[in-house]
Amino acid sequence: MTDPLTRPTSPTVADLAHEVRSKNAGPFWVTMELFMRDAAGYRVVADEEFINEDVVAGLYGVEASAVRIFRIPSLDVVKISFPRPVSQGSLRDRDVHAGQHHVPLALLRVPEGAPARG
Amino acid sequence: MDNAPAGSVRILTPSGMLGAGWDESTIERGLALGVDVITLDGGSTDSGPYYLGSSTPKTAAQAVARDLRSLLKAAARADVPLIIGSCGTSGTDSGVDWVAGLAAGVMAEEGLDLKVARIYSEQDAADLKEHLDAGRIHALPPLGELSAETLESCTHVVGMMGHEPIVEALEAGAQVILAGRATDTALAAAYPLLKGMPAGPTWHAAKIVECGGQATTNPRTGGVHTTIDATGFTIEPLDPETACTPRTVAAHMLYETVDPFQMREPDGTLDVRDAVYTALDERTVRVEGSRFHVADQHTVKLEGARITGYETMSFSAIRDPLILRDIDAWADLMRTMIRQWVSGTLGLADDEYAFDLRLYGHDAVLDDLEPESGPPREVGVMLLVDAADQATATAVAKLVNPLMLHLPTPAMGYLPSLAFPTSPAEVERGAAYEFVLNHVVDSPTPTSLFRIEYGVQR
Repeated sequence: MTDPLTRPTSPTVADLAHEVRSKNAGPFWVTMELFMRDAAGYRVVADEEFINEDVVAGLYGVEASAVRIFRIPSLDVVKISFPRPVSQGSLRDRDVHAGQHHVPLALLRVPEGAPARG
Repeated sequence: MDNAPAGSVRILTPSGMLGAGWDESTIERGLALGVDVITLDGGSTDSGPYYLGSSTPKTAAQAVARDLRSLLKAAARADVPLIIGSCGTSGTDSGVDWVAGLAAGVMAEEGLDLKVARIYSEQDAADLKEHLDAGRIHALPPLGELSAETLESCTHVVGMMGHEPIVEALEAGAQVILAGRATDTALAAAYPLLKGMPAGPTWHAAKIVECGGQATTNPRTGGVHTTIDATGFTIEPLDPETACTPRTVAAHMLYETVDPFQMREPDGTLDVRDAVYTALDERTVRVEGSRFHVADQHTVKLEGARITGYETMSFSAIRDPLILRDIDAWADLMRTMIRQWVSGTLGLADDEYAFDLRLYGHDAVLDDLEPESGPPREVGVMLLVDAADQATATAVAKLVNPLMLHLPTPAMGYLPSLAFPTSPAEVERGAAYEFVLNHVVDSPTPTSLFRIEYGVQR
């Protein structure tokens, strides 16, 4: 739990999710999934005003036109794929499996007025 | 074991990877449920370009032999085919030979006499250049058009086979198939397709089982048992305490895929947009409505890796809060000093070497994408140097060793001593590789890029 005196009270995407994960999808793509706890949480992250191609592009330093977002209400999942910005295994690659790159997305604070934690 | 058309085909997939291991009860449970084929993936590109570039397996020989012993005995006992793909991690020819050699040893020890087929998938650059010149090689996003120079720069290139070469080996009577690079799905799809199962449910089931128990409520408990029939497929975990639910099965289409609804295979595209997932009981799921659209042009995807340079790593660590509170300024000073020393002493220009300075405990993993800040309690400092040859990379790392030991922050008036975790501090990493192919070749026939040989050794 975050300290309400020192941190914003708005929950993060991770607070509303069962799991947020990222992984390579082949050597040239990375893919992320937000597995939300319930339909209310899903509605928050599926809202195109909150998470869209431009937001993802800003978080990860990639072209918005290359970002693909799949909103899957039957699973309460939002899935996001984009070309890997750093070549896998190269000198600048700090995450060979891209398994820790969900964190900037997971730590996004949900907008004021979105449903509270379910 | 026969290849005649059947009403259903039962697949045992004990794990997601050869060499990962499993409890023998997972095999016993599978055999008790009844099995027509055993399939297992032996590789992946997921751990990086080194394994293809150097044609080196990621797995330990002892672990692969242990798993082969379990699989070969089970296949012999049930008299069913055993299909293993992407042998040796990357599926190079030497990877196939490595697994075949381990299988030969196990079969000799166990007194097994199974007909083995080895399917080779490594591609010759000169042959591929002919395809390139004829306009038969196409780029997949995000890569662009292929050049002949790129092809020739690769240390190894493999083509990902579909089900067809595996089917050909099965039709020739092989009971054990050791395949080079194959799509994860082709391994489980080949035998059901040979037995006349419909393509939609077959390819969908093959995708769901490719990571073993990943599509269950507890992936650590073993693999899955799948039955494909004329209208769909049914899947259950091999561990009786674990469940498949419509959610766990449907969610596996998300795993390591760019698009969770459509997946291209050499022969066409799996389309699960209209798939319906139904719980038959609390741990068994039925899937119907999956489709497969056969492509106008059969294609084989290429994977290739080349050497980018040679790397030497140095590692030190900082615990002193006086440095840590100013860690970004310390790192900036380090980068500046490295460039000055390398230029001054080694005479190397900026484009003759490269380095990456990573502050583990601060922002190493996400770098510029790191959303949080605040002073760390301790920081591991990794210096990774890349150059055209190993001696130069090591010279750079050794030259700056005094900086990794003593560099102060700009504000400090004395030289601290930092914590090297090992002596020597530098480690030569050898050649570094990158993947450079993400292209498909229009295949003259579905099997023409692959070579099948029978017997357990060349």
